[in-house]
Amino acid sequence: MGNETIKAAILGSGNIGTDLMYKLLDRPGSMELVLLAGIDPHSEGLARARALGVAASAQGIDAVLERPEIQIVFDATSAKAHVRHAKRLHETGRIAIDLTPAARGPYVVPPVNLRQHLDASNVNLITCGGQATIPLVYAVSRVTPVRYAEIVSTVASRSAGPGTRQNIDEFTFTTAHGLEVIGGAQQGKAIIILNPAEPPILMRNTVYAIPEGDFDPAQVRDSVEAMVAEVQQYVPGYRLKNPPVFDMRDTPWGRKPVVTVLLEVEGAGHFLPPYAGNLDIMTASARRVGEVFAQHLLSRREVMV
Amino acid sequence: MNAPRLTDTTLRDGSHAMRHTFTRQHVRDIVTALDRAGVPVIEVTHGDGLAGSSLQYGFSLTPDLDLIAEAREAAERARIAALLLPGIGTRRELKAAVERGVQVLRIATQCTEADISEEHFKMAKDMGLETVGFLMMSHMRPPEFLAEQAALMESYGADCVYVVDSAGAMLPHDAAARVRALKAALRVQVGFHAHNNLGLGIGNTLAALEAGADQIDGCLRGLGAGAGNAATELLAAALDRLGVNPGLDVLALMDAAEYVVAPIMPFQPFPDRDAIIIGYAGVYSTFLLHARRVGEQLGIDPRAILIELGRRQTVAGQEDWILDVALELVRKREQSTEGLTLAEPVEANGSRKTVPGGADVG
Repeated sequence: MGNETIKAAILGSGNIGTDLMYKLLDRPGSMELVLLAGIDPHSEGLARARALGVAASAQGIDAVLERPEIQIVFDATSAKAHVRHAKRLHETGRIAIDLTPAARGPYVVPPVNLRQHLDASNVNLITCGGQATIPLVYAVSRVTPVRYAEIVSTVASRSAGPGTRQNIDEFTFTTAHGLEVIGGAQQGKAIIILNPAEPPILMRNTVYAIPEGDFDPAQVRDSVEAMVAEVQQYVPGYRLKNPPVFDMRDTPWGRKPVVTVLLEVEGAGHFLPPYAGNLDIMTASARRVGEVFAQHLLSRREVMV
Repeated sequence: MNAPRLTDTTLRDGSHAMRHTFTRQHVRDIVTALDRAGVPVIEVTHGDGLAGSSLQYGFSLTPDLDLIAEAREAAERARIAALLLPGIGTRRELKAAVERGVQVLRIATQCTEADISEEHFKMAKDMGLETVGFLMMSHMRPPEFLAEQAALMESYGADCVYVVDSAGAMLPHDAAARVRALKAALRVQVGFHAHNNLGLGIGNTLAALEAGADQIDGCLRGLGAGAGNAATELLAAALDRLGVNPGLDVLALMDAAEYVVAPIMPFQPFPDRDAIIIGYAGVYSTFLLHARRVGEQLGIDPRAILIELGRRQTVAGQEDWILDVALELVRKREQSTEGLTLAEPVEANGSRKTVPGGADVG
């Protein structure tokens, strides 16, 4: 029984799909990666998959649907493509883990709400900034109600591809929404900055939170540090640059204490360069989500037997 | 030299120096004075553009959409402009600003990242706006590189692209070379936006005009980020003397500066110690007040923070790195103090290279 695994496939053979492939091969856990499917027969990702002994196809979603044993499908294509994929994956009973901004299924942030959605057939990973900052907003809001949360994600220009650049507003809307519905802030705001410095900077995030009323700073600090340790289990390069800082600021709600958390995310460097922590946290979170789903499927299988 | 079009941005760049406390009354008074003095375009927005109201940059006392509506109501001839920085403001705020009366949209990106502005230009053009592209921190890249980025903005629908010296770091020949490169590469107009951190706000603007700039920016009394901008009333006087006054009432602008803006200013922006460092280190002018606040809280010389931010090639909008860098400098200072107690005193003293506040600035 213990050797049983859930078969998984990756859709999309670009940077994200390829990095995720390395992560799944590096730490397979309860999943077995059986297919990388793209649409460009000459893509580097497909060539690398073949070299590593993973089946590769340029037939996209059709290649996945041909194989009924595949239960978990990671979609690292585009929002537009995922809308089409989501329908077909759902119809054939696969679990879709969506790394695009399409958001057909509920948002998930592994240490916060993943277990609430284990029966969903499609889950969405929000944005890189969301995966990095929502856990920290949640860490504050679980000990004291948060009136307002604001995050600033700064990423290396080189790590922001054309999809991000052409849809930069989506990052802002989606991340802000995630701060509210999953982070637990009454109001959320997100800012993204692309920094062209050479050598490229590591992904940096600043999280500001304004608690509703009085709170115990030590409790907030402990909660934040516990959350960082939890995220580090699946994103090893996730770390605070400093313990949370508390100071008083003028806000629309009067002079209020503000919690500021400075965070850095270094990528594992599986396929993408280490500075691209923003991409690494997406693939690392996707692997984590897949692993928890796979364990859940295996436990159900045991019960049925 | 042609008579340039002048945009007054007291009510946008000045928002930084005012710590975003402009009121409807301020807007009404300043717009009325500028309008009567013949200023054709008046920019009104939070200093960091639409949706700039935040912990990162400072909350607006009055929502900027209300200030925009007030400006539109007060202006009889002048057109009202707003600023938008993709990554901060979105198409939602753009649409709301148009509903409240914005006629000219200025879209600003870091000078290397023009391609994040495409959807905003397209939407603004679809809504019938005049559009201006803003290449911020233009001192960080050479003229030919900027020309390529400007050409992207032109291809998205910009009616004019500005060389923006956000750090006030350029010398006159830097400004002229960049404007010249854009003039050679674009069919649309070219503008120049100065900061006075090295005392060259007016000088650089005149150099840009000589190089062919079609549009320039000013603020009454120079009220703007860092050491402020080129003063509108000074520009008017200089343009008039050069014989290229585009229809500005020089005396009325002096009065607007003296009687409308000066009385409400919290301080006169000036190239003082910390502002000169902004220009010298080449960092975003709005870092000034934030670096002073954090420096004061942590007992660090703001110049050490600003120089380090320059070394790290920070860009427009990275105010959160001020605290980050300051905390690192504090840690370094603590470590070097510990080091002092452990090391031979003479050697340690001899090897210390510090500025007041104790941080290494190399």
